[in-house]
Amino acid sequence: MIRFDDVHKAFGSNHVLRGVTLDVPKGESMVIIGGSGTGKSVALKCVLGLVVPDSGVILVDGKPAGAGDREAFLARFGMLFQGGALFDSLPVWQNVAFRLMRGALKRPAAEAKEIAIEKLRRVGLSPDVADRLPAELSGGMQKRVGLARAIAAEPEIIFFDEPTTGLDPIMAGVINDLIREIVVEMGATAMTITHDMSSVRAIADRVAMLHGGVIRWTGPVAEMDGSGDPYVDQFIHGRAEGPIAAVR
Amino acid sequence: MLRVLGGIGAQVLAILAAVGRVAIYAGDTLRHLVTPPFYGREFLNALLQIGWLSLPVVGLTAVFTGGALALQIYAGGSRFDAAAVVPQIVAIGMVRELGPVLVGLMIAARVTSSIAAEIATMKVTEQIDALVTLSTHPMKYLTVPRVLAGLVTVPLLVGVGDVIGIFGGYQVAVRSLGFNAATYLQNTVDFLEPLDVISSLVKGAAFGVIATLMGCYSGMNSGRGAQGVGAATKSSVEAASVLILAANFLLTGVFFSA
Repeated sequence: MIRFDDVHKAFGSNHVLRGVTLDVPKGESMVIIGGSGTGKSVALKCVLGLVVPDSGVILVDGKPAGAGDREAFLARFGMLFQGGALFDSLPVWQNVAFRLMRGALKRPAAEAKEIAIEKLRRVGLSPDVADRLPAELSGGMQKRVGLARAIAAEPEIIFFDEPTTGLDPIMAGVINDLIREIVVEMGATAMTITHDMSSVRAIADRVAMLHGGVIRWTGPVAEMDGSGDPYVDQFIHGRAEGPIAAVR
Repeated sequence: MLRVLGGIGAQVLAILAAVGRVAIYAGDTLRHLVTPPFYGREFLNALLQIGWLSLPVVGLTAVFTGGALALQIYAGGSRFDAAAVVPQIVAIGMVRELGPVLVGLMIAARVTSSIAAEIATMKVTEQIDALVTLSTHPMKYLTVPRVLAGLVTVPLLVGVGDVIGIFGGYQVAVRSLGFNAATYLQNTVDFLEPLDVISSLVKGAAFGVIATLMGCYSGMNSGRGAQGVGAATKSSVEAASVLILAANFLLTGVFFSA
């Protein structure tokens, strides 16, 4: 389980997180929704130590995030970045097998490539993609390679940062289905941040809405439409009028 | 008046803070250099990029500089019947000063800019964050192999540049200025001392570290977007060039001030 307890983070005078408190149960898929610039990515990055909170505590299975052996801690996570964040100097298979070619999980290159090709197949990409460079792939293919890299070492916890941003509706649907299948199949705990409501409905077990630096509402996805929270209601229906200012 | 002094003070403080940040970054690099893991493949790739692929530009720079130096010394020396010192001055000039400094500046232009732009782009596109999530320390994976490759390859490039520069001077002197080939070479060899060569190689090592370190530092600390990448690239080359010239002055003082 991941627990955020009164987490604060400011960048200069911009107080992004103002006391985020949230529980992400083990084995569940939690989707955090909220407008652009509300700190969704910052919250994820705080768990991984990419951003250090100013105050508050983040616990992963009861232990402070990042405490102890950092490599072992990070080995429990996989992450799909918004833009893919593929290493453009490496061929696709080396991107996917990056974690399997160095550190504690290191194995022979041939075996790592075999696993990479299997993971590529799992996300619907053919083996001939393996030797191409990321720049030779379309946006949707890069996203799928990023997904294959996130699951390559079979992590316990997977983070998805805006998984469908920039994709056409059909490709977005394919990615949503893949994420759902993989999370269920692996039994992983998942945290997704998005403002794509079709993603929310396809991926989430539970939903949390981040607004004004705090979690405004959290609950099962089935209860989202009847949450009774005016912020959630405005957001999920995409209304310009309501408590969330359209111009921020 | 107070406002002007305040502005100057703020600039001085900003420069000192930047020097401090670079010093801390250099210390971190050294710490990661001596602790595992070590990424051999990245190091070999950096050797290729920084060393081997820089050879053409280093060779061309050196050969033209050596040739021009021979012409200048001959023209200047002829005014007071000292044209015969061309081999000695070309050798001294290339090995002690022009070889290391010009190779250092060419490396700053070619390698520092390339490293800064590559790492800054990686930062902007979250590839650095991705490295961290894949349990790989960016300092170990990106900085250490490049700085180590700079330390190893730039002295070799300087050595090659020195030889090619002397060869350029030799070609001009023998073919255009009427020098005897054997005498020219003999004078060159007789006049150069081991300290000249050692100082050249030490300068090369120092310039290699400066050029690669500033590229990595600027890339890692770049701002956002295309403008951030451009600014990081520009500042890395400026800083590396100035630091190379300053280090050259200090090292020349250390080796030859007595």
